[in-house]
Amino acid sequence: MTELTHLTIKSAIESLEKKEFSSAELVQAHIDATEKARHLNAFITETPEIALEQAKASDARRAKGEAGPLDGIPLAIKDMYCTKGVRTTAASNILHNFVPPYESTVTDKLFNAGAVMIGKSNTDEFAMGTTTESSAFGNTINPWKRKGDNTDLIPGGSSGGSAAAVAARMAMGGTGTDTGGSIRQPAAMCGIAGIRPTYGRCSRWGIIAYASSFDQAGVLARTVEDCALLLQNMSGFDPKDSTSADIPVPDFPAATRTGDVKGLKVGVPKEFRVEGMPEIIEKNWQKGAQWLKDQGAEVVDISLPHTKYALPAYYILVPSEASSNLARFDGVRYGLREHDDPETLLDMYERTRASGFGDETKRRIMLGTFTLSAGYYDAYYVKAQRVRRLIQQDFLKAFEKVDVILTPPTPSAAYPIGENDDDPIAMYLNDVFTVPLNLAGLPGMSVPSILTPEGLPLGLQVIGKPWDEATVLKTARAIERAAGFNAMPSSVQTGAA
Amino acid sequence: MAETVKGDTGTWEIVIGLEVHAQAISNSKLFSGASTAFGAEPNSQVSFVDAAMPGMLPVLNAYCVEQAVRTGLGLNAKINLHSVFERKNYFYPDLPQGYQISQYQHPIVGEGVIEIDMPDGSIKKIGIERLHLEQDAGKSLHDQHPKKSYVDLNRSGNALMEIVSRPDLRGADEASAYLNKLRMILRYLETCDGNMEEGSMRADVNLSVRPMGENKLGTRCEIKNVNSIKAVQMAIAYEAQRQVELIEGGGKIAQETRLWDPAKGVTRSMRSKEEAHDYRYFPDPDLLPVTLQSEWVNEIKETLPELPDEKKHRFIKDYGLSLYDASVLISERARAAYFEDVAKGRDAKLAANWVINELLGLLNKNGKSIKESPISAPQLGGLIDLISDETISGKIAKDVFAEMFETGKDAAAIVEDKGLEQVTDTGAIEAVIDEILAANPDNVAAYKGGKDKLFGFFVGQVMKQTQGKANPQAVNEILKTKLG
Repeated sequence: MTELTHLTIKSAIESLEKKEFSSAELVQAHIDATEKARHLNAFITETPEIALEQAKASDARRAKGEAGPLDGIPLAIKDMYCTKGVRTTAASNILHNFVPPYESTVTDKLFNAGAVMIGKSNTDEFAMGTTTESSAFGNTINPWKRKGDNTDLIPGGSSGGSAAAVAARMAMGGTGTDTGGSIRQPAAMCGIAGIRPTYGRCSRWGIIAYASSFDQAGVLARTVEDCALLLQNMSGFDPKDSTSADIPVPDFPAATRTGDVKGLKVGVPKEFRVEGMPEIIEKNWQKGAQWLKDQGAEVVDISLPHTKYALPAYYILVPSEASSNLARFDGVRYGLREHDDPETLLDMYERTRASGFGDETKRRIMLGTFTLSAGYYDAYYVKAQRVRRLIQQDFLKAFEKVDVILTPPTPSAAYPIGENDDDPIAMYLNDVFTVPLNLAGLPGMSVPSILTPEGLPLGLQVIGKPWDEATVLKTARAIERAAGFNAMPSSVQTGAA
Repeated sequence: MAETVKGDTGTWEIVIGLEVHAQAISNSKLFSGASTAFGAEPNSQVSFVDAAMPGMLPVLNAYCVEQAVRTGLGLNAKINLHSVFERKNYFYPDLPQGYQISQYQHPIVGEGVIEIDMPDGSIKKIGIERLHLEQDAGKSLHDQHPKKSYVDLNRSGNALMEIVSRPDLRGADEASAYLNKLRMILRYLETCDGNMEEGSMRADVNLSVRPMGENKLGTRCEIKNVNSIKAVQMAIAYEAQRQVELIEGGGKIAQETRLWDPAKGVTRSMRSKEEAHDYRYFPDPDLLPVTLQSEWVNEIKETLPELPDEKKHRFIKDYGLSLYDASVLISERARAAYFEDVAKGRDAKLAANWVINELLGLLNKNGKSIKESPISAPQLGGLIDLISDETISGKIAKDVFAEMFETGKDAAAIVEDKGLEQVTDTGAIEAVIDEILAANPDNVAAYKGGKDKLFGFFVGQVMKQTQGKANPQAVNEILKTKLG
């Protein structure tokens, strides 16, 4: 029998159905893996007791023939999702003791489908980052290493905890949130798949807000089909979120089963060919295009002329919204309060927020406060909104000619921890390929493709039309099939042997 | 006409604009399902959204939008089919989100106008600049503990309609006439209960002064914490005088926010323009723009009640009432309806007199509203019918009325039980008169000798004898003939 932690969600469900093993056994195997790989710091809060309890309940349901579509499957839940009765921190000291009395809509749906929570996974503080280094609970380490080099690498971010957990076989899938690439980028750096659906496909209710008009729930898993299965069970209209869309959810797993891209028009945007891009990234991209061509797709050169303005517009709009969204963390009602004899109310606010927020969070709050200020609002916020509309139009125009767009998700493979510590701009540049579609609210997916000569995984990004996740999944499946990517982090291989 | 301030250098005109916060009548809050009932235990009506728990999202209450539109229509204002909720950012413990969801660049209601009644009977039009929807903040309580402040979030998230007037008001009387009229309209529309004591209607006063005849506006101050119409009047009187004295003394008015101190009867500086918050407004990304269909707005328009001014003009025209009587009767929708019920098919002026002079007087004395009247409109109508058909006299009617008020019985029943029908039988009256004339030969002689005043004495005697039931007209006529 294959080791339980190496199964895909799909095959695990089939085995559970055939009673080859129980959910309790499956979950226990993942709890063991979590203990063994604890040094990766993928979780802020491990929840083994809850997981085993849920697993037992799942086995009981299955015995009665009442199993749901994800019954008994252990997942990592990003610590941005409020989970009832389980500490939820957004990786911030300001919420270090916050236990929500409510369950987010997405996790509620997943648990209703039978999913099991193995733990609350690490993230950049308030999902602000691309390395999972800004967590108040310590950084997460990528399970992958360069060949013959033991240097710890970043897992990407902000959903780096879920990505590392899935790559290191601690969970079969994980939830993420994607504001500017926080699912696709860590998925690519950890050699797994990840999809961010169209803005409005999943409810944001109960997910701690970073930038409300960009934030979207999504998933990470080791195969495209597993992603489809998870996404299916977290999507749908929620009257509690005014920005969620009241439109039907198509059959996502069905789209991945065909993976037929014959006649599909795939756009390759020339503006994504940025200066100084490593040769291997270019090579990987061309390979991806070839794989799709080989399966009958037509590859078309397209232009997204405003791409170079995407990153600056993003780093104005997102901090603007964040500065307002994070105002509620004031020490008055929940979370951290520095209340040792404050002189004044202002003193309490300042001390609470000074010790509650980390550097990156403070940087973005200040940036956003500035860009919304009187005298600067028109020059920054309003202008950036205009750019946002131009970028949306770029995509819509491109989608008159093509069905999907193919790009790299990252400008590089995973890199050593601490490399961009003193240079936030260099870190922001990591988002250059992922951010444009967030400005347009489009669905996007990263799927593993090749290993670099150093032995690190790279992925490819598929961008789709609004509400057309099905075509994105189908295209990603075709890439996955052609790539035949089956490499694993060496630590996992050792474990499996 | 308008109030002015007489200064040392001349006469100054007072220019006022009012910002009224009216809490929209709605069972639940603007963006959450929590109850809005007044007077509940602190923090017992607070949803996760109202407390700004992490990950919570606002969902717009459609009924509050309807109330705002209804109010806009009642203010003869333009309804904006596209409006946007924005965030007004500032920190305060009773503002859980750290921002108030409000409307800024695109309010739901645009320009409108209402009429106020001037003391000389003329009408003045006051412009409305806009009405927008916003959430209320919670309440900070600073007097519960020597060192701590407490926060009650029951009010947090209630729907407010901020109604901003043009600077068209010229003094305390016009300001209070405006507030009264606005409150009347809101109550007619049933969109705000207008209860200033409970804080469901609050006013901020923007005031400046300028020399009479000057067209340019002076620098204004905004006065907050004026929580009754009386306070508005006092604050205006104080602030206008303060500004004139300051300017005439060589000073300059600083644009600032001032606070009305009701205990001391003064306004004092709260924050200067430099200290003013930078609210960093931007469209709330959690909410979609509000888009209304004009058909829907028209449907609401069709359900609007007749508004106070229309009703007043109709009462004057159709019932022949004086402006004063009409104004008294229309000041409450229920009062006007009561009057119309009474007046239906009867002498309208008589009906107005009974409602205004007798019923409202007695209700007022007993601290009751027209809705709590122990005498229903048909019952009062019944009493008036008995007067009109001369079953009872006006004087007897007042006694009957008092008993109706006390017992809730019909007039006819009281009249019958007590035998109060008017005696119109001239034979019977004649007999009584003969008896009285016979018993007072001296007075008869004196009257005939020219003491006309004694006529009243004879009438009084007849009424006494008949316990007031004799028809006064008949008594007069017979007496005149007999004494003739």
